[in-house]
This record gives sequence, C-alpha cells and structure tokens, in this order.
Amino acid sequence: MTDDDLDQIDRNRRHFLAIATAVTGLVGAGVAIYPFLASLKPSARAQALGAPVEVSIGSLEPGEMVRVLWRGKLVFVLRRTEEMLKHLGDNLDRLKDPNSEVVEQQPEYAANATRSVKPEYLVVEGSCTHLGCAPIKDFEVRPADHWTGGFFCPCHGSTFDLAGRVYNGVPAPTNLRIPPHRFVRDDLVLIGQDAGAA
Amino acid sequence: MSRIESEVGKPKGGLMKWIDDRFPFTETMKYHVTEYYASKNFNFWYVFGVLAFVVLIIQFLSGIFLTMNYKPSSAEAFASVEYIMRDVEWGWLIRYVHSTGASFFFIVVYLHMFRAMLYGSYKKPRELIWIIGMMIFFVLFAEAFAGYLLPWGQMSYWGAQVIISLFGAIPVVGDGIVEFIRGDYSISDITLNRFFAMHVIVLPLALIGLVFVHIVALHEVGSSNPDGIEIKKKKGSDGIPLDGVAFHPYHTSKDLVAIIIFLMLFCAVIFFAPEMGGYFLEHANFEPANLLATPEHIAPVWYFTPFYSILRAVPDKLWGAILMGGSVLLPMFLPWLDRSRVRSIRYRGWIYKSALTCFAISFIALGWLGTQPAEAVYVLAARFFGIIYFAFFLLMPYYTAIDKTKPVPDRVVYHG
Repeated sequence: MTDDDLDQIDRNRRHFLAIATAVTGLVGAGVAIYPFLASLKPSARAQALGAPVEVSIGSLEPGEMVRVLWRGKLVFVLRRTEEMLKHLGDNLDRLKDPNSEVVEQQPEYAANATRSVKPEYLVVEGSCTHLGCAPIKDFEVRPADHWTGGFFCPCHGSTFDLAGRVYNGVPAPTNLRIPPHRFVRDDLVLIGQDAGAA
Repeated sequence: MSRIESEVGKPKGGLMKWIDDRFPFTETMKYHVTEYYASKNFNFWYVFGVLAFVVLIIQFLSGIFLTMNYKPSSAEAFASVEYIMRDVEWGWLIRYVHSTGASFFFIVVYLHMFRAMLYGSYKKPRELIWIIGMMIFFVLFAEAFAGYLLPWGQMSYWGAQVIISLFGAIPVVGDGIVEFIRGDYSISDITLNRFFAMHVIVLPLALIGLVFVHIVALHEVGSSNPDGIEIKKKKGSDGIPLDGVAFHPYHTSKDLVAIIIFLMLFCAVIFFAPEMGGYFLEHANFEPANLLATPEHIAPVWYFTPFYSILRAVPDKLWGAILMGGSVLLPMFLPWLDRSRVRSIRYRGWIYKSALTCFAISFIALGWLGTQPAEAVYVLAARFFGIIYFAFFLLMPYYTAIDKTKPVPDRVVYHG
C-alpha cells in the first residue's frame, strides 16, 4: 500500500463501521447469554414442588411445637399456653416491630397482637431473618434476664419472642416471617395457602 | 558467585531445535526458569508462593480422584463421601489429602500475603501482582466455600445457608440474587449440583488463569526481596543483577527443602490429625444435613472466621455484610494506602512495626473469636479487634507517611 492509498482511506467511515460491528456483536452476545443465565433460575420442577403442606395439630399439647418443611423451608407450629400468650405484651418496648408493621413479614390476617389466625397457634417460618439459620426454642421464663420465652438463633445470637417478633439490638432486621396458612379443620392447618385461595 | 552456564542455552540441533522453530520452548524456559534472576537473600518467608503452587497441584490431583466416586445429589452426596472413606481403596487418604489441602492452602496463602506486608512486596511497581493475588484469594474463598457444601453435612448445609443469605442483605435485589444463587426457594439438590459445577470446573479454571497471570506479572517486574530494593538497578557487565541468582537451580533447590518440610507437616496432619480437633473438618459435618435444625454451635471453617467475626460483631444485617465485605476487600488497596518511602520492615520506623504487630494479633484474635459461640463477651472482643483491623488499613496513609524510616542500602545485606 502506498502513501497515496492511505490518503484515500475514509477514516470516519472505518470508525463508524468498527463501532457498529462492536455494538452489534455485543447486543448479540447479550441476547445469547440470556438462555444460559435463565437456566440458573428455579426450574419448573422446583416451582412445582412448592405445594402447600397439611399439618395435623390435633395431638399437639399446649406448649408443644412441631417442625415441618414447606418449599424446603422450615416452619414451626407452636401451640401456645395461656401463660405464653399472657407474656406477649410484656416486652413491647424492647421489640423492633411490636405491631407487625413490616408488611412482607406476615399475611394481613396475621398482623395482630399474637401474629396468628388463632391466638393459640403460632405458625412461623423457622428461618432467622438475619442469615437464615433455624432459631432454637427457649421457652423457659427467666425474669432476671427479662426473658419471657421465645426463640434464640445459634448463629449470631438474634432473639425473638413467642410471636416471632425480633428484639432490639440483635442482627436480625425483622420479625420472623409468618407463612400463608389457614385452618382446614380445628385439628388441621394447611401451610402455603391462604383462606382466599381456597 | 560463579554462574553455571545454562544447559538449555547451548547451541542445539535435533529435536530441541525442531520444537524451538515451532514453539518458543527454550526461550520460555530461559525467561521464566533458568535465566529468571531473583534476589539471593530470600529468607524463609519467600517459600510460600512456591508452596501455594504445590498445594494447588495437590488439590487438583486429589480432587480429580474424588470426583470419580462422589455423587453431587442431596440424596447421595453424604453417603458417597462415606463410601469414599470406607469402601474405596485408599479413598480415605485421597479425601483427607483434599480436606487437609484446603486448610493448608489458606495457611500458606495467609503467610504468603503476610510476607508481602512485611517487605512491602505490593508497592510500586508490583501493584498489579498484588491485585491479581487478591483476586486469587477471592476465588479461593469461593472455591473453598463451594467445596464445603459438597459433603452435604450439617455444617455444609447451614454454613451455606448463612453465606448465601448474606447476599440477601443487599437492598431491593438481594432476595432475587439469593434465589438465583440457590436456583430454588431453599438450599436443595439443585444448589448442590451447581456448587459442584462451580467447585470442579468454573473456579479451578479461573484459578489456573489467575495464577498464570500472577506469575507472568511477577516475572515482568521481578521478585521483591527482604531489603525491598530493586536488584535490577545494579547489574554486572553480563547484564545480570549483581544480587540476583537464577531461579533454577539456585532457588529451586532451596524451595525443594521447603517443599519437603511442608510435605512432612502435611502428611503428619493427614495421618495423625486429619480433623485437627474440629478445625479442619468440623464435628457437626459428620451428620447428614438436617433441614429441620441448625447445629447448636455453628462456625465456619477456621480460614473464614476472622471475617465471620466481623460480620457477627455488627448488630445490623446490612452493615454486618458491608463491613465483612470491606474487611475482605480492603487489603486490595494496600499499594495506595501505604505511603511509606521504603518497602521493607527492616527500614521502617516503630509506628509501622507496631501497627503491623497489632494487625497480626487482631487477625488471629478475630479468627479465634469466630470459632466461639455468639456470646456477649466474645462479640465485644470482636468489636475491639475489628476496629483495630479497620484502623490498620484506614489510618495507614497517615501513619506510614509520618513514620521515620532508615536509609535503604544499595545492595542486599545479610542479617545473621
């Protein structure tokens, strides 16, 4: 190529073509990458496995708790005693969200003083809102520690009361989540489905 | 010091010439091995880079053999690891080599990083080597974390639960990211399967690539040394640094001694203490994952605990995650935080010496605290040491600038 030929080159045109090629290529790569990323989302099977579960509560004694799995998530069903319910109002000033004002943490029908459909039965996800460990039950009342019974997370020390409400000064930001649930019969609770959906 | 004429440097014909006409074999060997000159006054701190490479090879080989028998499914994973331990001939050895190798990888890498802090190896012109090294460290973290889920034990499951949930602290998109990482609404078979893919192919490939550029960048600027001087500034008439000796055979024979001592320690752990009292293999992980109950005492493996302590010391989810992330990322900025005119600790003043000592103590203390239960006194102690940890980095531009330094010699010196 001679110098003369070099002078003939339309550099603007070259620049435009180079940019246009690069942009087209990038758009193509962006489109091509989507199926691969989408393949990492929960699959149809994983979504189908999220069906509601039935829990029989007929034989549950007051103060007793069962653990069940719904969508691979741990759910506690606790039958609270009269005494437990009585203490729910004791520590309101030490709770982050005593009135269940964070709406995502419970269905509307559980945004009440006991965070439940029936005051006696607490149905709550056993997944600490900090980093997802399963809280341990600690139902013993220790007036010296201002502890009226509740849940304790072994991982980072978050504490919750017997309505799953988080205490101040712990890493968990919100109350334990109440899953959608309804009572099919007096002795049968369905977790994962609202009364509305039935 | 007399210099041995390099064997590969001699005129040649035959096969070697045939290859060299088609692939720069001899040239590459000279550049990276037989005519790569590193300082002659390396002390024992300078063996950990080579040792990290040795562990990498050990992990690759033992890992390949583990995949021959391991099954990445939630129904079979735990049993397949037990099968390797009990029924596969020498399976226990291969598995212990791999699990012990993980811990030794971090021991060696932490010491390798501390060497850089002692002798200012990260300072100009070696910033990029340091940054690539930090990236290797991050990938190693991900690799170790993904690998820990694979046995599907109690600690595998709940440890992964905690670490993945950390991403949930990100505002707005957090929950979506968590679901995307897990590929499910909870940690499940799907999560295990993809972590296996990450552990055996994605991250090892990234590691190989990063280690390659780490070494290429190192050989471009040359190794640092305990005096923190540039040996390339004083060259002999042959153009070779006066204080440099060839990597092979001089440094390789010295490194061989270190490798043998290292392998002796490594074997001692494999044969006599593969669980290392629950630090290398945690007791709770000898139980299969139970989705219904978190172990009473949950702690990550020891190499994560300094950062885990910082997470736990903060009584707020988002800030805990931010500060933990910050504690891992901060060292990356060392080349610019350090304003000292000298590199080596030998010629620094009392301020940096004290600061580095405090840093080392707080790093070890945070590590120990992270293995302890989340009780008030431990959390308070973690806050104290966490503040020192951050102060070391954040105040560095100030204290390294005012620290009195000693004059640096022109040539390397020997101490005792």
